Amino acid sequence: MAYNCVVLVKQVPDTKRITGKAMNDDGTVNRSALPAIFNPEDLNALEMALEIKDKSGGNVTVITMGLPAAATVLRDALYRGADEAILITDARAAASDTLATSYILSCAVKQLKYDIVLCGRQAIDGDTAQVGPQLAEKLGLPQITYVEKLIDIKDHTIIAQRNIGNGWQKVKTQLPVLMTVTAEANEPRVAAAKKMMKYKAALTPADVSQQVKSENPDAVASELNELSSLKCRELENKGLLIKQWNLDYIKADLNWCGRNGSPTKVHRIQSVVLAAKESKNIEPTDAGLTDMLHELIDDKIIA
Amino acid sequence: MIDVNRQGEVWVFAEQHRGRLEDTPLELMSKGRHLADILQVQLSAVLLGAQVKPLAAKLFQHGADKVYLVEHPLLEHYQPNSYAKVIFELVHKYKPQIVVYGATATGRDLAPRIASAIKAGLTADCTDLQIGDHKTTNGELHKNLLFQIRPAFGGNIIATIINFDRWPQMATVREAVFPMPTPDTTRKGQIIEEKTELSQADLALEILEEHTRPKKVNLKAARLIVAGGAGVGSKENFRLIWDLANCLGAAPAATRAAVDLGYIDHDHQVGQTGTTVRPSLYIAVGISGAIQHQAGMSQSQKIVAINNDPQAPIFDVAHYKIVGNLNEIVPKMIKAIKEKSFKEPATAGK
Repeated sequence: MAYNCVVLVKQVPDTKRITGKAMNDDGTVNRSALPAIFNPEDLNALEMALEIKDKSGGNVTVITMGLPAAATVLRDALYRGADEAILITDARAAASDTLATSYILSCAVKQLKYDIVLCGRQAIDGDTAQVGPQLAEKLGLPQITYVEKLIDIKDHTIIAQRNIGNGWQKVKTQLPVLMTVTAEANEPRVAAAKKMMKYKAALTPADVSQQVKSENPDAVASELNELSSLKCRELENKGLLIKQWNLDYIKADLNWCGRNGSPTKVHRIQSVVLAAKESKNIEPTDAGLTDMLHELIDDKIIA
Repeated sequence: MIDVNRQGEVWVFAEQHRGRLEDTPLELMSKGRHLADILQVQLSAVLLGAQVKPLAAKLFQHGADKVYLVEHPLLEHYQPNSYAKVIFELVHKYKPQIVVYGATATGRDLAPRIASAIKAGLTADCTDLQIGDHKTTNGELHKNLLFQIRPAFGGNIIATIINFDRWPQMATVREAVFPMPTPDTTRKGQIIEEKTELSQADLALEILEEHTRPKKVNLKAARLIVAGGAGVGSKENFRLIWDLANCLGAAPAATRAAVDLGYIDHDHQVGQTGTTVRPSLYIAVGISGAIQHQAGMSQSQKIVAINNDPQAPIFDVAHYKIVGNLNEIVPKMIKAIKEKSFKEPATAGK
């Protein structure tokens, strides 16, 4: 029995390698100042989908929402074995919080046939872990969060082991289902050289227009459009066109998208400055350490 | 969503498993009490389960004015669909202005499902909650909002999030960021029993098996902590951390790096992805002090840092800075403690 998997992935700034000014003055993230990577646990979600496909057959479709540059993670997913990739990009989706994001993603997923929707447990830029459960609710699906092991899948029934903080739980449910996947679940496969050769030429319509424009600096808009659609058709015929959807295409209600659709707003952003009020240098000698211990006793810190 | 409701109560989700309340909702009672007092509204706990009425007394003792109690055989084991359905109904009926949940595995599974159904805002993993005013860019003033304060961007920034129009204002709050209130055994409150219609169809999952284990160490309750980082160098050398901890009666702890290197079990991890601690003394040995680690220990009353790198960020938060080789300093410290027999009864770390 074959299963169709949809994997939601996100391109994120590598928060472990923060350099320079990471934040804009308005409190939003200055993504251009940071290296962008495939959100780590989304790779585990993709791997789980690929394992399901290897075992039972079916299709793996990868969706990301973001700026056109986020297509990089879609190509990466194609290198690793995804069958299809879709970019959701629309200026009207900017500044979406987790509620608006999950709404937009739900509109996109509804355009597809699916049995299993997979997300990484959380993204390293926000660490909220909210989009998965919110998307499950919007799609009316049961959710299995924090999946650390896929135990079995057959006859439209899935058994998975989830991490519950102080232990684990084995749960069973009927498909369709949404799962969020943790880093412990698997070891993501690397890109396959053959697929890489093929899909490095895969482009979104946004990539294409940018390319056409830089190659034809003197062309007028109508010529550029014509050249772009020609090139898109060419790519499509070779299976190298990454689908690009906007909010109109997925029939999203704009009241629930972007800033309008986001109940949470940023009041203030502060960079972290943690400092002890008073501090003392202690000599690493017997006398220095003994004095320190005496002080800690006098202050009733230790008995 | 519900409309802005200034008379709305402050609610805490009273997470319980197998008839035992988790610590986090009780910790949230101290903050919830404070918020409710500022807003001059009542603090209520939302308690769901099969037979959990006896737990209400503990919630009153920890600060709740009211307990909304929903008992149903199908609520015996937590499941996201059934619990979300019941809380969704309660929110629409009583229109609280604030609902907070512990950022436990259960809270982080449940709260987003509820927020999505209500179409209200939700802020994850808060480390503080306050009441304050917000002025929008077009000059509208919104008074007495819930400031939902959380680290973001890998802990490099602290963001204050608000929600001024689509209520309730909801947040999950990290475990152990607020102290557990001292119970007042004379404190009583009002139980409001609510009925719910649930059927098997509301239980989307079948729980086949569950395995929980107590943590090997109770860092949250420890008064003294000795923590080691990657700088300790090896699992064998981590013995130094245990030795120093033992002679002080302290709990041994570690950074994520040390846990990842296999020096010690994950139960001992302090920091953003581990436990948040607030001991009276935190001795950081061979810890550089990544922001993610500091997030879990900077509220310690006194911090001693031992590191061979004088530029290590841990020294920015340390009260006592000892620059040097930990392999020499820790044995010297152990010797000094033993000579003075500064011994604490071994209660921490049980």
